[in-house]
Amino acid sequence: MSGVGLTASASAMADALAAGEVTSVELTQAHLDRIAAVDGDVHAYLHVNAAALEAAAAADARRAAGDGVHPLTGVPIAIKDVLCTIDMPSTAGSKILEGWVPPYDATTVARVRAAGMVPLGKTNMDEFAMGSSTEYSAWGPTHNPWDLERIPGGSGGGSAAAVAAFEAPIALGSDTGGSIRQPGAVTGTVGVKPTYGGVSRYGAIALASSLDQVGPVTRTVLDAGLLHDVIGGHDPRDSTSIPDAWPSFAEAARAGTREGSVKGLRIGVVEEMSREEQGFQPGVLQRFRESLELLERQGAELVEVNAPHFRYAIAAYYLILPAEASSNLAKFDSVRFGMRVTPPGGGTVEEVMAATREAGFGPEVKRRVILGTYALSAGYYDAYYGSAQKVRTLIQRDFGSAFERCDVLATPSAPTTAFKIGEKVDDPLAMYLNDLTTIPANLAGVPGISLPSGLAPEDGLPVGIQFMAPARQDARLYTVGAALEQALVDAWGGPLLNRAPVLA
Amino acid sequence: MAKADLMDFDKALELFEPVLGFEVHVELSTKTKMFSDAPNPANSENVTAGPNTQITPVDLGLPGSLPVVNRTAVEYSISLGLALGCSIAASSRFARKNYFYPDLAKDYQISQYDEPIAFEGSVEVELEDGTVFTVPIERAHMEEDAGKLTHVGGATGRIQGAEYSLVDYNRAGVPLVEIVTKPIFGAEHNAPAVGKAYVSTIRDIVRSLGISEARMERGNLRCDANVSLRPRARAGEPPAPLGTRTETKNVNSMRSVERAVRYEIQRQAAILAAGGSITQETRHWHEDTGTTSPGRPKSDADDYRYFPEPDLLPIEPDPKLIESLRAALPEAPAVRRRRLRESWGFTELEFQDVQNSGLLVEVEETVAAGAAPAQARKWWTGEIARLANAQNAEPAALITPLAVSEIVALVESGELTDRMARQVVEGVAAGRARPPRSSRRAASRSSRMTAR
Repeated sequence: MSGVGLTASASAMADALAAGEVTSVELTQAHLDRIAAVDGDVHAYLHVNAAALEAAAAADARRAAGDGVHPLTGVPIAIKDVLCTIDMPSTAGSKILEGWVPPYDATTVARVRAAGMVPLGKTNMDEFAMGSSTEYSAWGPTHNPWDLERIPGGSGGGSAAAVAAFEAPIALGSDTGGSIRQPGAVTGTVGVKPTYGGVSRYGAIALASSLDQVGPVTRTVLDAGLLHDVIGGHDPRDSTSIPDAWPSFAEAARAGTREGSVKGLRIGVVEEMSREEQGFQPGVLQRFRESLELLERQGAELVEVNAPHFRYAIAAYYLILPAEASSNLAKFDSVRFGMRVTPPGGGTVEEVMAATREAGFGPEVKRRVILGTYALSAGYYDAYYGSAQKVRTLIQRDFGSAFERCDVLATPSAPTTAFKIGEKVDDPLAMYLNDLTTIPANLAGVPGISLPSGLAPEDGLPVGIQFMAPARQDARLYTVGAALEQALVDAWGGPLLNRAPVLA
Repeated sequence: MAKADLMDFDKALELFEPVLGFEVHVELSTKTKMFSDAPNPANSENVTAGPNTQITPVDLGLPGSLPVVNRTAVEYSISLGLALGCSIAASSRFARKNYFYPDLAKDYQISQYDEPIAFEGSVEVELEDGTVFTVPIERAHMEEDAGKLTHVGGATGRIQGAEYSLVDYNRAGVPLVEIVTKPIFGAEHNAPAVGKAYVSTIRDIVRSLGISEARMERGNLRCDANVSLRPRARAGEPPAPLGTRTETKNVNSMRSVERAVRYEIQRQAAILAAGGSITQETRHWHEDTGTTSPGRPKSDADDYRYFPEPDLLPIEPDPKLIESLRAALPEAPAVRRRRLRESWGFTELEFQDVQNSGLLVEVEETVAAGAAPAQARKWWTGEIARLANAQNAEPAALITPLAVSEIVALVESGELTDRMARQVVEGVAAGRARPPRSSRRAASRSSRMTAR
């Protein structure tokens, strides 16, 4: 492949395609070759698209004809397995959906295709997006390209690892409590959870309907903005989709790289999420503070803010999420689609349903279905689900009062760098704490971005910084994110991923 | 319970006070379903091409699919709420009712729970003797219908003993309004008649609103009848607490409502008088034997784990929309009855005859299609009612008002004798002939239909 390297950003690839320096077929083939070379070790993909080259040829033809060319036309993309694809199995990382090919595309997938992007395949994830390490995938764990012994985060570890290992320039993820942002942090990539309602959920296999959002997983902030522009906007098939028009997030990212873009920007530092005794690794905090100093030097103003109810976020989240999930996952009953297990000697429909769910769901899914069923039960509803919804309101108020004093909030994206595979898999509570900083944004419906802030000195692994903005103000995240990214890349002398070990 | 073991009805009423409650499900006749754009089979313009053909990913509950509320169904529900004298909620919400059943595609039903769209109303119903009785309405809420199971193998057609079951999801997602009454006190000896008149009135209301085809034999209108008995209080004592109720499901004709209520009163009275107790349960109604049998036990502790449906926003209708729907309401049944009786020139007895046969709408539509009122009445309460009775069907299922008006016209013009006309009606009712077209309307005289 001439013209552009595999480590280039998606926007650089798009520029090379536009300049005729490379074709989509060449670019796609290069990625398929890369997947063949390294995915045996990384295991980012569950399915590689057999028709990728055809889609690439169609994109090239579209470009040659000058017919409705979009900025990302011809750029390959990886798709999280939680999203329905009409031409590829969509299992959400679960055995219960083994081989299931939906009769429709998710709206986000349809929009990606309509823009002429080339689906490379489906990426690994924790089963039904329940997890923070991708170890709960029914199809085996994904390995972090920075250290194959370590987790790539979760639930979207596959998309993040694919992008970090140059097996895809850009990917789609979904974020219910941090499943885009936390994998981004531990793999040195960029991830955005849009405002709730900003991106259609139609065709995203539901985990917790009031928390789920689809979003971009990329290597640069501009790439995330470009993809957000493709997938975002109103969808009449999702009643929770916001009907308003949105500004261009790619433009917001470009604005961030201009001189003085963060001058006067008030960055709120959440006091409750910035100290070691709150469970943060020293190197994570060190890079976090350095990033904030860089922004301060560019004219941003740091404001300390309090969010007293954030400490209850995990507790509330682990009632609301399982409650909704227990209902959303009821449909996996063997009657219409997916796995069916008949007990020896036959059985009633109830027995077949039970046997199927027993065999088809993994331990974390069962844990949360049981938890959620309990939380919604008569006599417990008020104490559990009801109280959790009240906490949710209090967290929304915390955001409201914080945003009276600042334009964006900053926290580390995750408390630690990537841990070892197997380290927390038997300790659900330790696993749940990984999403300490990302969960509040989902509970409040506000947007969040994670981007690399460096390597932790103690282990040399990637660290992420998170910014959050008021609902519908996603553009602010792209502007501040791009500004910081530019300053950091200048300081590092190149993208952080250049420092990742060479695979294969 | 064998019929011989039932307590005599009058005796039962002497010992006990019946308390009733009805849940009526109305299938709305919108073009598409409650939460998807699949054609709605409860609108007979949507001709089905067989099982599982009127479905989308939403109706099958496929992973990733999401519901979108049908605006027309909401408007129909508001109109119905207003016609029932209810208040319309400024904000109402859908909720998920969670339970596993193979005809329920998502294994939860989207319904309304603590925030229904309409609440607190009342309906006046007129009994056969002309007495007006007021039925208090608790609420009317929107929900989706489930699919249909066919149990194959086994003798009974029931799930027990079946070899396997087939599921048809065409009906899944059909928009429903469930109308729930408050406990109905004071019906006494008229309890069975109140049940029949109530369902008949609901049918008249939804038909006059044009929001449902309201054909009970097709399941457009379905009634669950709750009956409980409590001992009569002695003079000077406070009334006894409510007795344990049974819910007789799917009583699907007006005559059956009357029979089922009467049967349950007699059955429960016999048990209670013998010192037994009533099991709280759902019961099945058997049209053929005129009896009920136990279904599944039902307790108030049935746990459906309701919670607000996170895929949908609250329904907050514009007050202007509510007012325009209110302004467009047809006249109330009682007012309408008075008007029709006067304009048709029927005697009280003649009018009661039509009313009690549940044929008011048919006669009205037949008159609107050009027939003389007396002729319309004669055909519907005479020949057609006789045929319907013989076939155990609703008269409206046999022939359309338009067809009746055309037969009347053919008789009047001398093209048919009365005897030939009866044969035509019989042929149409049996599905052996198509409805006739009068030569006054048809271009050619050769278009005459005969029974073959």
